[in-house]
Amino acid sequence: MDYATLIQVLDSALRLATPLLLACLAGLFSERGGIFDIGLEGKMLMAGMASGAVAFLTGLVWLGVGAAIGASILFSMIHGLASITFRGNQLISGVALNFLASGMTVLIAQALFRQGGRTPPLTGNARFSPIDLPFAEAMADVPIIGPLYAEVLSGHSTLVYVALLAVPVTWWVLYRTRFGLRLRAVGENPESVDTAGISVVRLRYSALVITGILCGLAGAYMATALQAGFGREMTAGRGYIALAALIFAKWRPWYALGATFLFGFLQALALRPDVIERSFGMAIPVPALDALPYILTVIVLAGFVGKAIPPRAGGQPYVKER
Amino acid sequence: MTLMKTFLGAAATLALGAGAALADPALIYDLGGKFDKSFNEAAYGGAMRWVEETGGSYKELEMQSEAQREQALSRLAESGANPIVMTGFAFGDVLNSVAPEYPDTKFVIIDMVVDQPNVRSIVFTEEQGSYLVGMMAAKASKTGTVGFIGGMDIPLIRKFACGYVQGVKAANPDAVIVQNMTGTTPSAWNDPVKGSELTKAQISQGADVIYAAAGGTGIGVLQTAADEGILSIGVDSNQNHLHPGKVLTSMVKRVDNAVYESFMAGEAVEPGIAVMDLAAGGVGFAMDDNNAELVSEEMKAAVDEAAAKIIAGEISVHDYMSDNTCPVE
Repeated sequence: MDYATLIQVLDSALRLATPLLLACLAGLFSERGGIFDIGLEGKMLMAGMASGAVAFLTGLVWLGVGAAIGASILFSMIHGLASITFRGNQLISGVALNFLASGMTVLIAQALFRQGGRTPPLTGNARFSPIDLPFAEAMADVPIIGPLYAEVLSGHSTLVYVALLAVPVTWWVLYRTRFGLRLRAVGENPESVDTAGISVVRLRYSALVITGILCGLAGAYMATALQAGFGREMTAGRGYIALAALIFAKWRPWYALGATFLFGFLQALALRPDVIERSFGMAIPVPALDALPYILTVIVLAGFVGKAIPPRAGGQPYVKER
Repeated sequence: MTLMKTFLGAAATLALGAGAALADPALIYDLGGKFDKSFNEAAYGGAMRWVEETGGSYKELEMQSEAQREQALSRLAESGANPIVMTGFAFGDVLNSVAPEYPDTKFVIIDMVVDQPNVRSIVFTEEQGSYLVGMMAAKASKTGTVGFIGGMDIPLIRKFACGYVQGVKAANPDAVIVQNMTGTTPSAWNDPVKGSELTKAQISQGADVIYAAAGGTGIGVLQTAADEGILSIGVDSNQNHLHPGKVLTSMVKRVDNAVYESFMAGEAVEPGIAVMDLAAGGVGFAMDDNNAELVSEEMKAAVDEAAAKIIAGEISVHDYMSDNTCPVE
């Protein structure tokens, strides 16, 4: 693989990794708080539809992002209501929300625009345009790191940088703030948090709000930055890949960046069968590459590469002892 | 109260009577969804034309998952719909087992051959239409590299690809064709994000005209092609209007005609295999105001000539599905 091709693949990988990264961090907050969330996919779909619709109606992409976050938080709260307040099964609630989102997005978009569950194409300010990072042009001629900065890092839409920034912020919130400490505790041992006089329910709801915000950004990124509008089922299973990445990352923020970028890179590589053939001297079937993220996750789960231990209280509704 | 009962009873009898007297045709859309701006939407267009002309009504169903197919067919057959038209190769196996259970119902399947006495199979010669747009792509390309992006990797899509490659090579034997399939699962029909990335990957390999035969994924391909300033070719329906001046042409497959004619024939629809080829107007390329400036006189003349030759049998375009191989890469 020559350097120019590598740059192109990395560029593509970053774009493909961004929605995964946002969704993965979203899942990280809720699972660290002890709420399993299968419904990332559904929240992203809702967010994509809301952002596409509102951005088209108002002509302003940021309003679209706001709507995306709102729609996604709404779904998060339904999940919270079912699994925190009513102590229902978190997996079932998540799956139900995915089904609901799959049908509802098409229904709403169809009722609004009559274009078959699609939102109309966005143009101009209704859509994110790529931004150039400072000095991108001046740096482009510097060997090796120049193209890396100018081509790979620069020239993406704002949400890509928001996603990258979300990683250190997540790390800081989780490991350096009081909220983060309590959130981690509530996922491991909610009784101790409760004993300390802190509300388990409120903590878990706040975790789900953050999950909603991040999923909202992921959906908005797909509908208004990568694409020019929402299309039926456009997330195409990315919510599930993000869950796999979360396990692969062992529920840690920096690992999440690594895992999602690796998955994005594998996806980008799968788009270039010619490159694979040239680099490895043989053709690897594209489906094999597509399956690789899942295979890697299974390997990690099976305990071959360290241990992936989920938050201990995950999946269990908290019942105060009488 | 009794009066009310009588009224209700009368109304119910009327409703039932109406249902029994008129066998409405039915249309089932495949997973891409009714408004995919492509294949299924063309079918919908044909049904709407029938409604406008005859004032009749029809039943319709949209598939949401693979598991629904058999149930959908049986339910429509039991409700008395006749004929039942379905779009998409994926119904093949299911129809093969359902059709014998309802010998009095006529089924029409588009894009697949099902050998049953009450089934009409309508197939298109996509390779011929793709051949023509392939010629246009080769002539419009400045880099000598053109691209093809397919949806799910199935023989039918390879048939599109193979016809396209033959057309490109006919117009420019030195042309390079970059081919990609979006995936191997049905979600490959609805992944515009991946379609966009494939487009960018092909552009980086020098492609400046890209033909998308990928359902909803194609929307992403056309969008990115327009954003990046290269030409694209739409598929199934006329997609020239999606990005005026940026879509070179569309390979149209007159699924609408197939549905319209089946509906018109009603219960008398004839079982057997119907081939909608170039000569029958089943496939072709779309010309309208949106792409008039992109297609030069010379290009149009060359393609028209090739079309005439195909119809006359002087050019034979290889059909991938006949032997599952393609003579050119």
